[in-house]
Amino acid sequence: MTEFRTPAADLARFRLRVVVAAVFVLICLGLLAARFHFLQVQRHDYFLTRAEDNRIALLPVVPHRGTIVDRNGVVLARNYATYTLEIMPSEVRDLEGTLAELSTLVPIEPRDLRRFRKLFEESRNFESVPVRSRLTDEEVARVVSQRYRLPGVDVRARLLRDYPQGTTAAHVVGYIGRINERDVERIEERGQTANYRGTLHIGKAGLEQSYEAELHGTTGVEQVEVNASGRAVRALSHTPASSGNDLELTLDIELQRVAETAFGDRRGALVAIEPSTGGVLALVSMPTYDPNLFVDGISTQDWRALNESPDHPLLHRAIYSTYPPGSTFKPFMALAGLETGKRTARQAIHDVGYFNFGGHRFMDDKIGGHGMVDLHKSIVVSCNTYYYQLANELGIEGIASFMAPFGFGDRTGIDLPGEAIGVLPSPEWKRNRFRKPEQQRWYAGETISVGIGQGYNAFTPLQLANAMAALVNDGKLFRPHVVKYVVDSRTGERRAIEPEPLREIPLKQAHLKAVLDAMVDVNKSGTGRRAFQGAPYSVGGKTGTAQVFSLRGQRYVEKNVRERLRDHSWFVAYAPAENPKIALAVLVENGGFGSQSAAPIARQVIDYYLLDQRAGAPAAEDDNATESEDAANGTAPARTGEGDPPPREPAAPAVPQAALVPGQPTRVTR
Amino acid sequence: MNETRFNPFALLRAAVRPLDPVLLVLLAVLLASAHILMQSASPERVDSQLTHFAIALLGMWALALLKPQRLLALAVPLYVLGVLLLIAVELFGEVSKGAQRWLDLGVARIQPSELMKIAMPLMLAWFFQQREAQTRALDFFVAAALLVVPVALIVIQPDLGTSLLVAASGIFVIFFAGLSWKLIIPLVVAGVIGLGSIVAFGDTLCQPEVDWQVLREYQKQRVCTLLDPTRDPLGKGFHIIQSTIAIGSGGLMGKGWMDGTQTHLAFLPERHTDFIFAVLAEEFGLIGAVALLVVYVLMLLRGFHIAANAPTHATRLLAGAITMILFTYAFVNMGMVSGILPVVGVPLPFISYGGTALVTLCLGIGILMSIQRSRFADKT
Repeated sequence: MTEFRTPAADLARFRLRVVVAAVFVLICLGLLAARFHFLQVQRHDYFLTRAEDNRIALLPVVPHRGTIVDRNGVVLARNYATYTLEIMPSEVRDLEGTLAELSTLVPIEPRDLRRFRKLFEESRNFESVPVRSRLTDEEVARVVSQRYRLPGVDVRARLLRDYPQGTTAAHVVGYIGRINERDVERIEERGQTANYRGTLHIGKAGLEQSYEAELHGTTGVEQVEVNASGRAVRALSHTPASSGNDLELTLDIELQRVAETAFGDRRGALVAIEPSTGGVLALVSMPTYDPNLFVDGISTQDWRALNESPDHPLLHRAIYSTYPPGSTFKPFMALAGLETGKRTARQAIHDVGYFNFGGHRFMDDKIGGHGMVDLHKSIVVSCNTYYYQLANELGIEGIASFMAPFGFGDRTGIDLPGEAIGVLPSPEWKRNRFRKPEQQRWYAGETISVGIGQGYNAFTPLQLANAMAALVNDGKLFRPHVVKYVVDSRTGERRAIEPEPLREIPLKQAHLKAVLDAMVDVNKSGTGRRAFQGAPYSVGGKTGTAQVFSLRGQRYVEKNVRERLRDHSWFVAYAPAENPKIALAVLVENGGFGSQSAAPIARQVIDYYLLDQRAGAPAAEDDNATESEDAANGTAPARTGEGDPPPREPAAPAVPQAALVPGQPTRVTR
Repeated sequence: MNETRFNPFALLRAAVRPLDPVLLVLLAVLLASAHILMQSASPERVDSQLTHFAIALLGMWALALLKPQRLLALAVPLYVLGVLLLIAVELFGEVSKGAQRWLDLGVARIQPSELMKIAMPLMLAWFFQQREAQTRALDFFVAAALLVVPVALIVIQPDLGTSLLVAASGIFVIFFAGLSWKLIIPLVVAGVIGLGSIVAFGDTLCQPEVDWQVLREYQKQRVCTLLDPTRDPLGKGFHIIQSTIAIGSGGLMGKGWMDGTQTHLAFLPERHTDFIFAVLAEEFGLIGAVALLVVYVLMLLRGFHIAANAPTHATRLLAGAITMILFTYAFVNMGMVSGILPVVGVPLPFISYGGTALVTLCLGIGILMSIQRSRFADKT
């Protein structure tokens, strides 16, 4: 250092440095001021938008799902409020720790956790995922008091679906379940993505599925101010949701219950239709299931129990299972004979107990035959030989073209999802159905079996019931429907589902009368007389027995086989005969003769419907020594459950008819 | 004074008389602003804030009454005590938030690094006083050694913010003591180049596999977050992003007191402490922010004025250094909150909540007042 050092020089140097420091300070603070100007004036709009984005969130207001009531206003599906414990994926920091912490506050079952993890993986990060629902008040209080140290955890009030009737009419009402990725795609296709924001559930089966658009309602929007942790602080504006529309059904839940009770443990289906409107009064598929299991996500155990049960409770037998109609086909065949002019009502044949065709003997069930049989008697005693001959004369094309207008082998168009098509056999159908040329050919012998409702015939109970309804309605065929009114949630206006006539089949009154009179006598003196003994109304009916030949493909369980090999029992009926208010078809799987199992169920249902009372014990089931039935000798039933598989979630149930492959084609020889 | 009756106004006048009126008024404005802002940022802390005010003002008053010579006599013991305490912290200190900063004395927990903010300039001012008019180059090396030891001890705690402030306090004394421009200019140039290269090559340097050697991982993160706040928008960048949104959305006039959405909806982190400036800028706009700058500028100019007119070499250096520390606090904090400096834990002087920092700063003001008063004393 060569600088000259004195106190005075030091002071001068110091003052210079103070000035330098002051200038530096002013420059720095000036820089800050420039920065503030940049942020607060030049980029103010940008940051203001950012601040507003921070602050304002649009929250969906989920609409209340419409309720479902039966024709008398009995509630079948409704909503109830419950508290759910939920986690917001985007906010939770330590998921495992949070879950562990929560399980100390409220009991969380392993099944809740499994479901949560599944949903969590599928979740869209900004939508909260439920951990547990149906919290008690005490549990709510415990969670809320600890919420401050559990970021991302919230308790929400949600509406859950409740099916107060439980298993009754479960297949009709269906159920809702959580929206999965496939549902999301479907919602997108419908252009409803915005409307489903915040909605967790969607109809998966039954009316819940087919009337989803009516039931769901319109989602509202709430503009809220949110704080940094995403909790709503106050509402800014509110567009209310409008609830989904309610459904009022044609179904009578008490009638349904009577029918289901009448089935007891037996498997089967029942369809009761109001002939003048096509309104479905009862639609039974047994066994049934509890739709409440599905609402909150079905547990694996429950799902396995339902899905793997040999009884296939999830299967909607009334509209999706197809069975050969057996002798219930005969009234329609008889009418075909009359309408085509192949028969007159009085014309009689001599039944010797068999019909020879192409070197094969088609047997009647009554050894020695029924003797002289005209049309009336052919129905009352269910004579096979009469129809073997008639079928042969009509030919398969003639049968198919006469039956098609009744809706056989075609979807009825009922307002429920997953209806099967069934099979109305014809040479054309066979050509399309089979691959190998020898299988594609139609053999005349096959026509003979079709004549008595066996062979390739395969119809849903709904098709049979609806055809029956058309028969007693002078040939007027309606599209069957379960919903009577859609009740607008805003205006309360009840929009009626008008009876929709599909077609009017031109039929001569005299011909109809001949067939229907014979059906009335079936229950007076024929195969149905025991079941309808003492009925204070006149009722027409027809028994039927559909054969089960082969169980190939189904698991062999010894004690089941014998029962499952038994024939399916059919009964079609209508009442009162002079002015039919109800037409129905009953099927009891492996129920044996139609008169044994199916007819007594029909009796109870009609009694309840017409007399408003429950019938006593069903008529004798075992005594059938004198009852002639068409069974045993005909041909094998062809079962091909054609039609789209029902779009059920989470997996399509196993379909029994897939297991029941056609047996030996026939014992017909050429 | 021959008062026979108790007169509170007279008492107040007597109490205030030794205090520099300019600094006092400016301080009053700042504390009033702090109080108003706290009601918006964190109303539940308003009461304890008033307690802090009382303690800090009492400390200031006490120092203002003390003659600077008395204070300088304490320089060596305070410095030695401070270094010993820092060593004690290193050996026995409590770990809190990943850093070892506190020493539990049984009665109270103290942060010895805070003491160093006063002790360091005091020590160096005393040192240069001894070398007045005969300062040699060697003296600057001694001063640098006195500076480096405590700073190093604070760095390893680790506490970047405080070590920066303590280092700055010492460097300012050395600067005012007359460190050659030949040394200052290359250092400044090297610093500018270093910072510039970090900004220019930030993307590469901030790759996770790059180890910066001198800085700890969290310090590296702070610098990297500053360079690109969007790198971690929910984590470390969140602070800066939200504070710039708060400032920017305030606009020219601000959203109004208690109406800041960023503040009141809790988007703004640390809004009662390090980020309280964002509350001011959001609710009072550019006008409020510039008004605060003006108050600081006036306070700093008063500090420089006091320094330039201080009676002794030591008091000059001390006053200059204290003024510059005040500036450093304000600049680093506002620079950080507005996103031009890294997030270092430096409070906004006199405004941020926190008793320790407020007491330290008020002690500094007390020293300035004491120096100012000693000038009058000499003249009378």
